[in-house]
Amino acid sequence: MKTPKFLLPVATAGVLALTLSACGGGGGTTAGADAEQGLDGRGPITYVQGKDNSNVVRPLIEKWNAAHPNEKVTFKEQTDQADQQHDDLVQNFQAKNANYDVVSVDVVWTAEFAAKGWLQPLKDKMKLDTSAMLKPTVDSASYKGTLYAAPQNSDGGILYYRKDLVPTAPKTWDEMMSMCSVATENNIGCFAGQYAKYEGLTVNTSEAINSAGGAVLNAEGKPSLNTPEAKAGLETLTKAYADGSIPKEAITFQEEQGRQAFQDGKLLFHRNWPYVYNLATTEGSSKVKDVLGMTALVGADGPGASSLGGHSAGMSVYSKNKATALDFLKFLTSEETQKFYATQGSLAPVLGALYDDQELVTKLPYLPVLKTSIENAVPRPVTPFYPAVTKAIQENAYAAIKGEKTVDAALSDMQKSIESASAGQ
Amino acid sequence: MTAATELRAEQDRGRKAAQNREKWASVRTYVSAAVILFWCLAPAYWMVVTAFREVGYTYDTSLLPTHVTLDNFRTAFDTSFGNHFGQALLNSVFIGVTVTLISLVLGVFAAYALARLNFRFKYLVLGFILGASMFPGVALITPLFQLFTNIGWIGTYQALIIPNISFVLPLTVYTMTSFFREMPWELEEAARVDGCTQGQAFRRVIMPLAAPAIFTTAILAFISSWNEFLIASQLSNDQTQPVTVAIANFAGAQPQQIPYTAIMAAGTIVTIPLVILVLIFQRKIVAGLTAGAVK
Amino acid sequence: MATELGPTPVKEPASGGAPIHHGPKGVGEDNAIASQGKWASWLLAPTIFALAIVIVYPIITAIVMSFQKDAGLDPATGLFTEGGPAGFSNYTNWLFQQCAAPGGGTVACPPGTLGAQFWSATGTTFYFTIVTVTLETILGFWMAIIMARTFRGRSLVRAAVLVPWAIPTAVTAQLWLFIFAFEGIGNKLFNTTILWTGSEMPARWAVIIADTWKTTPFMALLILAGLQMIPAEVYEAAKVDGASAWQRFRMITLPLVKPALMVAILFRTLDALRMFDLPYILTEGSNNTTTLSILVVNQIRQGFNSAAALSTITFIIIFIVAFIFVRFLGANVVEQQTGAGKGKK
Repeated sequence: MKTPKFLLPVATAGVLALTLSACGGGGGTTAGADAEQGLDGRGPITYVQGKDNSNVVRPLIEKWNAAHPNEKVTFKEQTDQADQQHDDLVQNFQAKNANYDVVSVDVVWTAEFAAKGWLQPLKDKMKLDTSAMLKPTVDSASYKGTLYAAPQNSDGGILYYRKDLVPTAPKTWDEMMSMCSVATENNIGCFAGQYAKYEGLTVNTSEAINSAGGAVLNAEGKPSLNTPEAKAGLETLTKAYADGSIPKEAITFQEEQGRQAFQDGKLLFHRNWPYVYNLATTEGSSKVKDVLGMTALVGADGPGASSLGGHSAGMSVYSKNKATALDFLKFLTSEETQKFYATQGSLAPVLGALYDDQELVTKLPYLPVLKTSIENAVPRPVTPFYPAVTKAIQENAYAAIKGEKTVDAALSDMQKSIESASAGQ
Repeated sequence: MTAATELRAEQDRGRKAAQNREKWASVRTYVSAAVILFWCLAPAYWMVVTAFREVGYTYDTSLLPTHVTLDNFRTAFDTSFGNHFGQALLNSVFIGVTVTLISLVLGVFAAYALARLNFRFKYLVLGFILGASMFPGVALITPLFQLFTNIGWIGTYQALIIPNISFVLPLTVYTMTSFFREMPWELEEAARVDGCTQGQAFRRVIMPLAAPAIFTTAILAFISSWNEFLIASQLSNDQTQPVTVAIANFAGAQPQQIPYTAIMAAGTIVTIPLVILVLIFQRKIVAGLTAGAVK
Repeated sequence: MATELGPTPVKEPASGGAPIHHGPKGVGEDNAIASQGKWASWLLAPTIFALAIVIVYPIITAIVMSFQKDAGLDPATGLFTEGGPAGFSNYTNWLFQQCAAPGGGTVACPPGTLGAQFWSATGTTFYFTIVTVTLETILGFWMAIIMARTFRGRSLVRAAVLVPWAIPTAVTAQLWLFIFAFEGIGNKLFNTTILWTGSEMPARWAVIIADTWKTTPFMALLILAGLQMIPAEVYEAAKVDGASAWQRFRMITLPLVKPALMVAILFRTLDALRMFDLPYILTEGSNNTTTLSILVVNQIRQGFNSAAALSTITFIIIFIVAFIFVRFLGANVVEQQTGAGKGKK
């Protein structure tokens, strides 16, 4: 035989590849067309979200299904890891999967997904009322002035502190740093946030820069890091690390490691998310159960600008039943559901009025602090190139904090990297 | 007389020296075995201790078990939050066994051809099979996902089994080929001359000799498939996900809380039965393969 | 029939090409080869088919996409639009560490972009590969020798050796993250205060230790299988001839276990060059522990076509390494090893 038989399957695979890659492969150019489809469709839909830690979603969906027997919602649960949730959504959107109708997106992904034409703009026929929602949450769900997702729940940074060692909470960064002598007397670290090289570092760095009055991206979405405010902001972190106010091990801290250090009594001040409250006051090994104080983050001259966390619910352009999806979005943002999120799941609501609700405040004592935090919050850079931007920030901030780079060099490199990433290939 | 006694004495000394050397050798062996046991099991011990520790004391660093509880194991199997760990275990076993059997059979076929037969393009085939192990797995996922979505295979068992087979095949083929090359094929020839068919000769003469190789390859294939995560995370759904994906899906009671104790419990559940199974089957499989050997 | 099975070994050329046959040439011989070829095709077909679908198809897809540009942002609409054909620019951008400049053209990649990490990731990957494969080979060989001896409790040791490898990688990575935490058991046991994931050398060694612990069983098992194939009589004969333990090792064990050893090293090297899980979970690639696979995953989030180009570059690098192995280091599984002392190279 002249041609080895085995080449046949290889050739088949090759032809298959070329054909499929010609057919498949996404195109942003047809996004407009997709957005016009299925606007009146009604029927069963699927809701995709990351791990439902506190068992809030299932009861909500049961409630909806009981009231809408012909438009049942199926819950597709992803993993607990943000990165994997992101990649899973990207894979399915690229494959134009019609089975992902409503998806829960982290606030930093909205711009990226909107720019790729995967999220249905919530305007005209698909309009959603956002007047009762906290403004930063609506901003983070919008791109280029259009709303692309319904804010679902929110999150802001909280400054935890030891009430027994520091009776009154500091109001500014300098004030907090001046209280570090108390920490040295007690042989513990003064302050720590999250400084390992991961998304949490972007959160902390943006907070530092925004709290000093600077901004990573300006109003047009262009990087604006070569400003004295940005420099002052980053310097708060680098100087504190250099002189030991931030303990050396904080460079390995993600949320859990910082929480552990604080619960062990090794930190005076700690920046973390609201989830710490429940664990620090109930876990057996926590040494700070009765002396836990909470306040808003601190900035240059007043409350600091917390990074906005949380999730929004977006509608896929490839969905066939968009009318049902819109109703589901309205359900998720209704007062009843938002209250349930708070009481059952300790998830901060997006409706401003609920923060003054007595029942909720009793259940979640940190709500007033959180409201201040969110009202002063600045979203992380809103850009469709978010993965590249966050990498740029992480790389350079990490080097700057460790002292491997000067703050000027770090900011300048951050600026150049973001410019390069946004240049589009 | 004296010469004889002297000779006897020298022989005795020689024997004693040899016995001493053997005793020392066996002491060294036991010490080495103990070191190996410690090196392999010490971190696993930490995993087990943590698995039995209360969640509130996750970061406790006492070496001995403290705050012992079975809660983490219960949490791991708990299905109320949509965890399907029990199902995932069964999936992993099913996928592992299928992948192992198929890749063994295919591997034996291919190795026989490569080691025993002569044909053109042999090196090309070898290179092609090896080349399949050279592309970063992380980049294969997106095209595979698109392909399987297009043919509707997402969430089926074959979507997990077939890629796993392909990942494991290069190793099984190469291992078996290198071992088959060492086989005394003359014995197989002799058996054929004696009247056996090629298949019978292979089974009765070569397979028993290759038993350690086949057993080893089977373990390698099974554990490789057991450990596989990347493909499974993208191509499986709730019903078909293996343990690697199920563990990655564990969540703490609070967002951003990492459930270390539950993960360690899952790791314990996953490892110990596997090791016991191997212990039991090791003797049986090797014995079974060598049964009926024609020496 | 097969002429190479007699006592005379056939020297087959190391690179592709028809094997040289000694013996009568003629129609009978050609028919024999042809029928062997046919046999071989049938035996090999399923394997090649499985590999073609799962591996070749995605590779070809990836290569096709690597010659396209990633989607660019249309400033007017704010939406992404298809990039056009890119030629080799994706590849050259990686190799020369060039990034897009605002306003067109390229500029040297500033620190903070992925493009600036290509060569350091390559260096890191090779560093990890060389160190882990060496350590695992030495440790694995030693373990295999011990396990090959007969002593009480041998099966216990063999089962225990499986444990590190049987634990799913996700759990292993979390376990070592736990152990290497600043307040973790690692620092506590040895009374140190090393920031394991906080600076370059400790982070690299954390990855190396975790990987070695996890994968040495793989080497040990393969080498053990090789050792078990060596008949005991050969050792007896050598002992009778007065060979010392070291001589027995050098002249009998090493040559006879070489095929299994080479397969183990070859595959372990290929795997190490594609290392992803452990460094990703332990350090997320910080402190110079970013391997090429981690770089690919990070790039996939920013633009798949460029990631496809990087994967292809990685593939070529690995291919070159494997080629060197097979060609010069004798990892050729179809060369026949004929008895002790006569082993090639």
